[in-house]
Amino acid sequence: MSHTAAQTSSGSGQPLSVPALLERNAAVFADRPAYREKEFGIWQSWTWQETAEEIDALALGFLALGVSEGDFIAIIGRNRPSLYWSMVAAQSVGAIPVPIYQDSGAEEMAYVLDHCGAAYVIAGDQEQVDKVVDIRDQLENLKRVIYVDPRGLRKYDHTLLNSYADVQAQGRAGRSDLSAELAARRAKLTYDSICVMLYTSGTTGRPKGVVLSNRNVIESAKNASEFDNLTEREEVLSYLPMAWVGDFIFSLGQSYWCGFCVNCPESPDTMMTDLREIGPTYFFAPPRVFEGQLTNVMIRMEDASKLKQRMFHYFLAHAKKVGGRILDNKPVATLDRLKYALGNVLLYGPLKDTLGYGRIRVGYTAGEAIGPEIFDFYRSLGINLKQLYGQTEATVFITVQPDGEVRADTVGVPAPDVEIRIDDTGEIHYRSPGTFVEYYKNAESTASTKDAEGWVATGDAGFIEESSGHLRIIDRAKDVGKMADGAMFAPKYVENKLKFYPDILEAVVFGNGRDRCVAFINIDLTAVGNWAERNNIAYGSYQELAGHPRVLETIRGHVEAVNTSVAQDEMLSGCQIHRFVVLHKELDADDGEITRTGKVRRRIVDEKFADIIAALYDGSDEVSTRTEVTYEDGRKGTISATLTLVDAKVQSAITRAVAAE
Amino acid sequence: MLDQADSYVTEDGRTIGGVVMEMKNITLRFGGVVAIKDISFDIREGEIRAIIGPNGAGKSSMLNVISGFYVPQEGEVLFHGKKRPQMRPYEVARQGIARTFQNIALFDGMSVLDNVMTGRLNYMTTNLFQQAFWKGRAEREENENREVVEKIIDFLEIQAIRKTPVSRLPYGLKKRVELARALAAEPKLLLLDEPMAGMNVEEKEDMSRFILDVNDEFGTTIALIEHDMGVVMDLSDRVVVMDYGKKIGDGTPDEVRNNQDVIDAYLGVSHD
Repeated sequence: MSHTAAQTSSGSGQPLSVPALLERNAAVFADRPAYREKEFGIWQSWTWQETAEEIDALALGFLALGVSEGDFIAIIGRNRPSLYWSMVAAQSVGAIPVPIYQDSGAEEMAYVLDHCGAAYVIAGDQEQVDKVVDIRDQLENLKRVIYVDPRGLRKYDHTLLNSYADVQAQGRAGRSDLSAELAARRAKLTYDSICVMLYTSGTTGRPKGVVLSNRNVIESAKNASEFDNLTEREEVLSYLPMAWVGDFIFSLGQSYWCGFCVNCPESPDTMMTDLREIGPTYFFAPPRVFEGQLTNVMIRMEDASKLKQRMFHYFLAHAKKVGGRILDNKPVATLDRLKYALGNVLLYGPLKDTLGYGRIRVGYTAGEAIGPEIFDFYRSLGINLKQLYGQTEATVFITVQPDGEVRADTVGVPAPDVEIRIDDTGEIHYRSPGTFVEYYKNAESTASTKDAEGWVATGDAGFIEESSGHLRIIDRAKDVGKMADGAMFAPKYVENKLKFYPDILEAVVFGNGRDRCVAFINIDLTAVGNWAERNNIAYGSYQELAGHPRVLETIRGHVEAVNTSVAQDEMLSGCQIHRFVVLHKELDADDGEITRTGKVRRRIVDEKFADIIAALYDGSDEVSTRTEVTYEDGRKGTISATLTLVDAKVQSAITRAVAAE
Repeated sequence: MLDQADSYVTEDGRTIGGVVMEMKNITLRFGGVVAIKDISFDIREGEIRAIIGPNGAGKSSMLNVISGFYVPQEGEVLFHGKKRPQMRPYEVARQGIARTFQNIALFDGMSVLDNVMTGRLNYMTTNLFQQAFWKGRAEREENENREVVEKIIDFLEIQAIRKTPVSRLPYGLKKRVELARALAAEPKLLLLDEPMAGMNVEEKEDMSRFILDVNDEFGTTIALIEHDMGVVMDLSDRVVVMDYGKKIGDGTPDEVRNNQDVIDAYLGVSHD
């Protein structure tokens, strides 16, 4: 649509806002697909030109509804083209889109909507409308709720509600009167206008609204796209929450910068099928997605014929040997290359197609540490999976792994235009064009996070590896401590290594201010239960299985293997685990021991299980304990148990002393 | 009392129309066993009508009478005011009646999509040869019917299992597929035989929502048999209570709940 003239920088002609990028794409990539969504079993698609028309109609509809500049428009729902369009339409009229996690409860939603004073809400479906209607009394600024999927909403009181289609229709009808106003509002957008506000999920305290400018978003998208040579021919599948900064950058920022196509799944449950059908070239997933797929492959292979199984394991072993090196363009013997090529025809290719990774050029994982075996598995198949480190406040990118320098234990080198500094306590600071503007209505937090020169404290501890210049993350800065002998204590580092074993669901390591480390272990009931079944081990309960001598023996094997690996790290070799206990219950969010997102609350675990920790340090072989538990319905009960405390072998003190020097 | 042709609007804003089906003094015997004894009630257009009762009360037999599968020895079934002759199952289906079964009756080896497509059989007119060559009319016809089926798949949120063979599905989903197949026939009257039997609480909630949505979106009249009193009372507009083949109550959930005979039947007062 050419009648909207958004501002571009005078010199280079580079678009300075997302609506300006849309205008460029509608002209340059007019007939290329911009969005696809599977509906009624068929992929529907929209070109950039059609997308621009849809967004214009919605933006005009917003004007007809009376949306003012500076209004906050909350967007709640699963990934759908219409919701992405809502964000750009909001920007087009000078409003600020605020995507909100669709699974947040009414209370959390009330806080966020009230905090930003949202005037309008775009809700994906009835479920989200219901939540907003429930809390509307707390939202004085709320003017209208616009819903996309009309199902179940026909009989609702429409004094507050509008359907998305109606708003667009109204916009189209009023085009002649309103388009001048829309053009004027778009023309006012600059590189420093607010592009989006994203609430951080907040492990501690209330969520904070991170304000990002067009500069933050466009510069970050541009740098990252150039870093990986992304073009308008990429295909991405957008299935991660729209409220998460990663999705905003991948599915909106980079898509608008490069002009590539965003594909939305049919429903949350069909993600894996849709992934296979689309075959994205650029892909992002948290470690759990990769873990889940690998487990699936392994389980299904167990049902395959003997011949297939042998072929699978033979070629997988070969891939493990040379696959990663071939991907990194390192020297590999010709015979090995030939064998790999054969494996590609027989196994790797078909397997990648089945997983939906047949066309991946660049894949990223981030968010948590990924198990090295899982990481190497995908890379050995020839999938260019990399890691990056980022946060909302940085508009994602802080460090990224360049092609050819990919390792499981680092998070890469500083992204283009990003400066990194490690302070005396080991905390990582950065400064970049993506550095956020501010926390909305929270000057205090803004000041304590971002200093006058624009450096931002990440809250994570890490160090730059001298040999490679890559950043390695150790732990959350506040969890890093010192052991009695002054060595660094980084519990998460060890816990992650433990958790890479499928048998271990959760681990908590203690040792701050002590002379040695001990650990709590939670077994994974699915994995260990499966193992017990195959080995004819009968058990009546979680507690019984957790206390089984053979389980303890297996876990001890894992702990000792982790110790060996930890000992090789000179800074952290003091964190080897001397004794551990397999807990009689799973750490549970209902008991307050972990957060709803599954992160351990160390202080509470410390207090609640003080008797067990004491026993681990005083050398006793057993401890009897009673633990209060909360059932899902809120009733309380207690579990009593006698737990066996197990010693684990640590690498000799001499090695440690030498390593520490 | 309402007249046969009267319509009214419920508290939640749905319009309930006149009587579409009426049972008049139905008695059904199997040899010497009297399964249904002199029962009369009606079903109104657009309502959700439940038949409840303890085990062996004759609920499923009643549903089979409504569906035309059993022909009662005494009494008559009026459909749109006319006495219904004995019919073959496909004739019943063509009248706009579809049903689900207490013991799931799907084609196990076929995919969900194919199973649901079978619900469209009555809307297909091309013959075997035309379909084998799949050109022109046959292709068009399949595409049209597929569209209807896809809307139902979307409605019942079973997109993820579209291509999965039914035999691989868990029980709760099979029930939903059965409902999908019944809906594919675009019935005016939908008969559900224990739609929640054997389900956990969450599955029951889902199924209840779908039943309400079907009634709301498509205006389908629904007659259902159900064991779970709580579910029935929440869902239904009117409830018939049966015990030992007899009707012991009929009315709104509130009326039925306060009916002494019903309380006795459910609390197990001795019958002598």
